Amino acid sequence: MQPTNRSQRILQPVKLWYLYLSLLIAFALTLIPTGHLPGVPDWLALVLAFWSVREPLRVSLGTGFVFGLLVDVGHGAALGQHALAYVLLTYGANALSRRVLWFSPLEQALHILPLLLLVHVVMVVVRMLSGADFPGWWYFTGSFTAALLWVPMHFVLLFPQFRPVERDDNRPI
Amino acid sequence: MSLIGHNTPPIFKRGPAPTVRLMLYVSAALVLLVTDLKFRYLEFMRQTVAVVLYPVERAAATPADLVLNAATYFATLAKVQQENALLRRQQLRMSEQLMRHEQLARENSRLRTLLGMREELPARSVAADVLYAAHDPFSRKVILDRGSTHGIAKGDAVVDERGVIGQVTRVHPIQAEVTLLTDKEQAIPIAVQRNGLRGVVFGAGAGQLELRYLPATADVEPGDTLVTSGLDGLYLPGLPVAKVLRVDRDTQAFARIFCAPVGGVEQSTQVLVMGRLNLPLPPMGGGNDAVVAKAGGGS
Repeated sequence: MQPTNRSQRILQPVKLWYLYLSLLIAFALTLIPTGHLPGVPDWLALVLAFWSVREPLRVSLGTGFVFGLLVDVGHGAALGQHALAYVLLTYGANALSRRVLWFSPLEQALHILPLLLLVHVVMVVVRMLSGADFPGWWYFTGSFTAALLWVPMHFVLLFPQFRPVERDDNRPI
Repeated sequence: MSLIGHNTPPIFKRGPAPTVRLMLYVSAALVLLVTDLKFRYLEFMRQTVAVVLYPVERAAATPADLVLNAATYFATLAKVQQENALLRRQQLRMSEQLMRHEQLARENSRLRTLLGMREELPARSVAADVLYAAHDPFSRKVILDRGSTHGIAKGDAVVDERGVIGQVTRVHPIQAEVTLLTDKEQAIPIAVQRNGLRGVVFGAGAGQLELRYLPATADVEPGDTLVTSGLDGLYLPGLPVAKVLRVDRDTQAFARIFCAPVGGVEQSTQVLVMGRLNLPLPPMGGGNDAVVAKAGGGS
């Protein structure tokens, strides 16, 4: 696999433990109580979208569903609210996976932004149908910060795969 | 070529088509949503997962705690001294009131026995700290650092030093979730302190409360204090709840009455969780069922 499909560089295959560890860390990050601070990204949605694009055979609807339920309990939200949103997100990201990798990370972020917005829109629709208050427009700013984070996240999450197969003591990475 | 009774093994093993799987998962999520929001059947499952998640949640809360602690650490000495002086003055005033209160309570119980009335039920209370505001941006909730192991029960009233701020809506073993008065789905039965008129106050969003279902001619004026009526069997009577801000009588049947909460609903960090020890039982047989239904139908 390549960092992008145009790249000359071949990556090592992904390590499953690293994939799930990154998902768990992202989950822990979403549990940080930030109150109603605007623009806090949904870390888990971002990492889920990333792996659904890179590894559509390993991370897909089921992963989104399970992690969505965990977030629902952790946040005290309606059970199934995040699960529904993340299932749609992983489906969309899986569908995009063949196309998106032809672009540079910044352009990939533009492709992912609508999906991240969709997550928020789905949750707003579900909760407002059940009679909750509209949380305000700042609620949607989180998906824009998340899209901006796509580029640095891209390098962090792919980092273990950038390493060469043969060890060379004279090379820093 | 396949033999009879033996299918050729598939070369490319594939599950159901992606769209089919999407439909399956979406319908599963929708079923969960309806069961949770409409029927509230899933509390047990939620409790179990919440206990497992507790260490992760505590770990995740540490960065926020650090920021808060740093803020208090850098508070100046002068500010602390000021606060100390204020608290001393308050304490003096309170102790004077407390002495009179004890005398009044004794007198009240004596009068009640004279009149042959039932003694007022003792209340239990647990002091708790607000850990953080709940993540869910669609509701107004906070998490307390005490739970069912400390004696907090679902339906308890939560007060700060000025008045009621909310109600315990979900209890975990070591944490409790409080729905604040300003939440849209939170209601509290009240009485107008001036004339004893009863009503129900609902959250109205934007930090305000609304007193609903009172006729346009009802005797409520801006500035009136609303206290809990205690009729629901959950709240203790007489706790201050809100002050009436404005009354709009132009609507046809009901007056629109907006109130501001008395307690620091979205600011307080130390709270008291108050509940009744047990509900009064009827003297003999007969009405037993009604009381049990009332006790179970709380929250």
